[in-house]
Amino acid sequence: MAKDGSAVSLDGQGKPMWLVLELTYRCPLKCVWCNNPLDFDQYGKKELSTEEWKRVLREGRELGALQLGFSGGEPMLRDDIEELVAEAERLGYYTNLITSGVGLTPERLKALKQAGLKQIQLSLQSANRDLTDELVGARAHDLKVHVARMIKAEGFPMVLNVPIFRQNIDQVDEILALAEDIGVDYLELANIQYYNWALLNRDELLPTREQIERAEAAVNAARQRSGQKMTIYFVIPDYYETRPKACMNGWGTIHLTIAPDGAALPCQEVRVIEGLEFPTVREHSLDWLWNDSPLFKKFRGDEWMKEPCRTCDEKEKDFGGCRCQAFLLTGDATNTDPACAKSPHHHVIEMAISKTRQKHHEPRPLVRRQIGAVTTMFMAQK
Amino acid sequence: MSEHFHFQPEDRPRLDSKYLLRWEKSQDAYVLLYPEGVIKLNTTAAEILKRCTGEATAANIATELKALFVYNADIENSIYKFLEITHGKGWIRS
Repeated sequence: MAKDGSAVSLDGQGKPMWLVLELTYRCPLKCVWCNNPLDFDQYGKKELSTEEWKRVLREGRELGALQLGFSGGEPMLRDDIEELVAEAERLGYYTNLITSGVGLTPERLKALKQAGLKQIQLSLQSANRDLTDELVGARAHDLKVHVARMIKAEGFPMVLNVPIFRQNIDQVDEILALAEDIGVDYLELANIQYYNWALLNRDELLPTREQIERAEAAVNAARQRSGQKMTIYFVIPDYYETRPKACMNGWGTIHLTIAPDGAALPCQEVRVIEGLEFPTVREHSLDWLWNDSPLFKKFRGDEWMKEPCRTCDEKEKDFGGCRCQAFLLTGDATNTDPACAKSPHHHVIEMAISKTRQKHHEPRPLVRRQIGAVTTMFMAQK
Repeated sequence: MSEHFHFQPEDRPRLDSKYLLRWEKSQDAYVLLYPEGVIKLNTTAAEILKRCTGEATAANIATELKALFVYNADIENSIYKFLEITHGKGWIRS
């Protein structure tokens, strides 16, 4: 994901430098933009054991992984996270915890510090209690703000991760003020990406162009104000760019995600693409999965590209965009990401944007991430 | 971030606590790790940052680096420039 202001100045040289462990898809929240699969409840019984995760950690380091994210679902629902952090530290990772804050008690926070955890990414959805609680489907706002202060008091560097959509984008000033008050080191205002639950709710979530411009102006003013104290990232939705994002920095180049069931994935959303097989660390070594599995070879390099990507002079820059988005919006993962204005399917993006401009918008209910919210039986057939 | 901090010989630069400097075998280089990022360092950068512990003064660091890289006559200026730039990036504190 391209980020304004971020600096990944190290080419992976074919190594999976960024390893993300999705320890579980279980989560106490019901966020309407969740990027977990629609059939997230099918994975509970298949979660890797502590020993299996430790093997993933060891093999990951052998492959050259450096940055490690513990994610989910809500990773604090695993009672072995402290043990996994300690093992990761012993192996020499830079360890990041990516959490909603629910379950991060003072005791566990101290234990994580002791285990050597380097950094915490906490999500917050607005500066307003009622809005946050409505959007995540739980009373979570006050708890999150409390946990944020606890994290700083414990001396962790912290990223406050705020997903941005139509409902909260006009609050950017209030969110910036809250983040400054908490004393976060990095504030990431990231427009959500439209996959899974977010795609179901897209017509209600996608902001207007004017909203994005106002938010950007507020961010720029805050950057002047806060100087070095707080680094602010602002990620605009690719729907409003005329070029696609350099998704994952290219398929199978530096990113490796391990799903709760041990499937090794080039990105967290890739299971939306039909017709691919997802072998797991239970049957294969990480080395084989990364270097030799058909999944990782599928869109590595540019052999797979069709026009207009194949002869495009920007293909080295954005790698044709996102394979998942190409599949979801055009039905073919080898197509150019329709976020690109050169794509023959770009009209699907323009249509989504034009809906944000409709004067008489009839609000529709948002679909919350919860068991039974949508029928997923068709997915089990794959 | 427009204000540049100019290190004086008696200043004691130290690595910001968000950053972790480490030898990484798989890259055959020192790397700087921080939330959301990795930076691969060249030898000179690594030798300077290794000494940014809050104990050595900028003058101490310059002296040691001059001994390490004897062929580079202008290294002292480069060191102060490097400290200034990395301070601007938030890697080190004064």
